[in-house]
Amino acid sequence: MNRTLYVARSPRIAARKLGEEMLVMSAQGSTLFTLNPTATILWQAADGATPLEEIVQRRICSEFEVKREDALRDAESLAEDLAKHGILLISEEPIANPPAKEQPRP
Amino acid sequence: MSVLLQEMSDRALRLGVPFSAQLDLTYRCNEQCVHCYLDHDDHGEMTTAEIKNLLSEMAEAGVFILTLSGGEIFMRKDFFEILEHARALTFCVKLKTNAVLVREKQAARLRDLGVESIQVSIYSHRPDVHDAITKVPGSFRRSVDAIRFLRAQGLKVVIANVLMTGNMLDHHGVRALAEELDAQYTLDPTITPMMDGDRSILDLKADVSELRTLFRDEAYVGNAEEFCAPPPAPTEDSMESLPCSAGHTACYISPYGEFYPCVQFPLSCGNVRQQRFIDIWRDSEQLKEVRSIRLRDLSSCSQCAHGSTCTRCPGLAFMEGNMRGPSTADCEKSFARTGIPSKNLLAKKEKAQPARLVQIQLVPAITGNRLSAMDSSTSAVA
Repeated sequence: MNRTLYVARSPRIAARKLGEEMLVMSAQGSTLFTLNPTATILWQAADGATPLEEIVQRRICSEFEVKREDALRDAESLAEDLAKHGILLISEEPIANPPAKEQPRP
Repeated sequence: MSVLLQEMSDRALRLGVPFSAQLDLTYRCNEQCVHCYLDHDDHGEMTTAEIKNLLSEMAEAGVFILTLSGGEIFMRKDFFEILEHARALTFCVKLKTNAVLVREKQAARLRDLGVESIQVSIYSHRPDVHDAITKVPGSFRRSVDAIRFLRAQGLKVVIANVLMTGNMLDHHGVRALAEELDAQYTLDPTITPMMDGDRSILDLKADVSELRTLFRDEAYVGNAEEFCAPPPAPTEDSMESLPCSAGHTACYISPYGEFYPCVQFPLSCGNVRQQRFIDIWRDSEQLKEVRSIRLRDLSSCSQCAHGSTCTRCPGLAFMEGNMRGPSTADCEKSFARTGIPSKNLLAKKEKAQPARLVQIQLVPAITGNRLSAMDSSTSAVA
């Protein structure tokens, strides 16, 4: 895929990190999801301003032994899946009004 | 609770995370419900800044489900400022309110802020009965209108129907009203003593015969035969079980910053005005004591036939004088459900036998004018 994608957490979700996983609840029908550690990294970096490609390069490829192309493909697939459930916003333009800052765990 | 949410709650327990918390923003209220356990005067509520700071600490500690309650939450002029902050911290926010102050504008704002659900208290489908309980004429109409506004915004509304002597027969009507309003419905026959220990409002609670009728109502309990079945014998596993989530994955903060294991468990564990939320959660000696208690440690309940199935509330037991003792209200529920008295109820019955100060036994034989055997027993009976 040659397009530049931006991702942002939906403002209509509830989320909290519990151990290594991220717990996310969609306001749409109170659906609950858990994100694995890799998906959590993507989720936390989804500020609406940083291109997905850059997130993958900086946050995924630097921490996991994975090819950049594979990681980007997986990240796009994950982002689209999360967007279908209304918990992530995807755009080809930077997304204004970035979501609330995720709280770090102690 | 969904399977996944239960799984997350179990994980929170293993990790020692306060997964859910109730924060009462105020004890002030625009209704004066006959069964309310609160003192509605303001004795120094936390300021907006204090509450925002507390919410940040709670998010940092891992609280996910945040219930904002009161008193009446909309009595606080800064309510939406607090709610905005809570949602910016990505809490799953649930509200408890009488909704009297909720009109179209407030409902739309609640939707925009992504509130998970709003619980509204409705006591009867009959306006006069509801208004007699809230002591506010017109409150039924205001609350029902508010539910319509909230539902029109697509928000999840739960009608909470507290049952007591004055509205015991109305739960079918309230359930039908909930269906008409496309709201969820929950019923609770628990009346809680006043927070200062005054137990006089318990006179309003449903008696055992009323509970018995309720517990055989399949609209409420599902399969009544199953619900009212005799309890199975407690197992080794059940003896090791936790009484409830209070202090384990849940906690309660009063408008004055007092930290308790639960809204119904007034054991002060610290004050968030003096200590960080996480420090109280981790280090409070009171919480450590609450967390140490297992069913096997309970003085009466560990020996009771209902031990493994009872809904015993440790907070109500605490208010009766012993957090390891029985909660009589729950003993009564177990009795109403199964017809089998709890160990506590049997002990109370024994104590309540008419006290005879002097017991005199007949003397079997008399020689002359003297008693042949001075075996008459004379004893004081407690």
